[in-house]
Amino acid sequence: MSLIAADTLCVRFGATEVLHDITLAIQPGEIVTILGPNGSGKSTLLRALLGIVPPWQGRVIRAEGLRIGYVPQKLAVDRAMPMTARRFLSLPRRVDDAAADAALARVGLEGLGGRQMAALSGGQFQRLLLARALLTDPQILVLDEPTQGLDQPGEAAFYRLIEEVRRDTGAAVLMVSHDLHVVMAASDRVICLNHHICCEGAPRVVSNAPEYRALFGLGTQGALALYQHAHDHSHDHSHDHHGHDHV
Amino acid sequence: MTTATTIPTIITATTMFDDFLIRAAFAGVGLSLATGPLGSFVVWRRMAYFGDATSHAAILGVALALAFNLPVSVGTLGVALAMALVVSTLAARGWAMDTTLGVMAHSALAFGLVAISFVPGVRSDLQSWLFGDILAVTKGDLAFIWGGAVLVLALMVWRWQALLTATVNEDLAHASGLNSDRERLVLTLALAVVVAVALKVVGALLIAAMLIIPAAAARALARTPEGMAGLAIGVGAASSLGGLALAMAQDTPAGPSIVAVAAVIFALAVALGRLRPG
Repeated sequence: MSLIAADTLCVRFGATEVLHDITLAIQPGEIVTILGPNGSGKSTLLRALLGIVPPWQGRVIRAEGLRIGYVPQKLAVDRAMPMTARRFLSLPRRVDDAAADAALARVGLEGLGGRQMAALSGGQFQRLLLARALLTDPQILVLDEPTQGLDQPGEAAFYRLIEEVRRDTGAAVLMVSHDLHVVMAASDRVICLNHHICCEGAPRVVSNAPEYRALFGLGTQGALALYQHAHDHSHDHSHDHHGHDHV
Repeated sequence: MTTATTIPTIITATTMFDDFLIRAAFAGVGLSLATGPLGSFVVWRRMAYFGDATSHAAILGVALALAFNLPVSVGTLGVALAMALVVSTLAARGWAMDTTLGVMAHSALAFGLVAISFVPGVRSDLQSWLFGDILAVTKGDLAFIWGGAVLVLALMVWRWQALLTATVNEDLAHASGLNSDRERLVLTLALAVVVAVALKVVGALLIAAMLIIPAAAARALARTPEGMAGLAIGVGAASSLGGLALAMAQDTPAGPSIVAVAAVIFALAVALGRLRPG
């Protein structure tokens, strides 16, 4: 039984079709990364799976009583709002100090509960968001570009942390990224998105999926690869503007 | 407590409000209970102009109420609510807010002033609607102010966690099963009530100041959202009492005096906040 699934999901903003014919399922315990260029509908797909954006066609199926830990994109706590790390963990549900301390320790932020969020570094900030998401004891973590703004070592450390969390809690992880190497190495499965699913598969199987290379250029040649799935949908529709031929 | 000691207490409490200065002090403190937490949200959500538009619209409400022989509180509450809903709806649709709100705030004030000039016998009172008339607060006004303020405070306390989450991040709120549109409506309603309540105390022109300045002063010293809201109540109450004292001592207009004291406290709080480490 999958945790979250989309069945022929289409999402429109006004007349623009942002997502077309998305069918996917996230299984317990797996790490799935959605890759795609800017504006390819990655965040919209996550938000649709979470129920923030309504489907235009098709549907989203979430397992009954599914506990989701969500890390949104570009969360900024305005300087106008005083907010300690500890206080942030109690949004929206208050948690006791023991749970808060454990969550902070889990992500390597021991003793920083009293720190103002505005005074945290980029890496610490993302770890705090992860700690908050872990407090609901999630069956699935949903992370929208969690390493945006981090440098390479910070990024690598964050993905190691994600893998540890998955190992320790068994939570599935669904995340979005527009960068490649580190993410793919940390994933069980990669979905390439450009308004529709271009290709998906295990990252290590890899290298020359033409859809993937067309989306990201050729610089990634040989580094990692994707297993090409059999297309069951047409690529002839009007938004197929990524300029390459599908097999 | 025995009956013997209770009765004198009650008598003291009822006669206490016979003094206009006591009534004025209670009006200011009561208003602060609502403006502290609501003003904090106005600051966090950058809704300052929103407060302006809504409070300036109250003048139009006064004109309409007087023209149709309705209680002024009904007129201001109604028009403030309508304005707050319009502005909130436009904001949700992503209109360019500073321009839209600038247009709404100033045109509401202009139409209100024009409309009020058609109501006979009000022109002389105009200043009291613009700048408040806290020294003329009646027992009925006091009941209205405290009723509204406690209502707003209760609403804030009830929705606190949801409001805070939606303010930090709307997607986070959605993913936690909260409806950020509903929370925005809560703030909109609260703002309309505060405008109606504050009109008598500081007047239409300075309601937004009572929302923003105490909250901004509290920001300099607070470490948590709750701390900021609580401090803002304290700063608002202290400003009210200080402003009244100033008005009595120097015969200055009470409403502007209250805001002036709040501004001084703000400057001190910012300086103090700079001195403190962390």
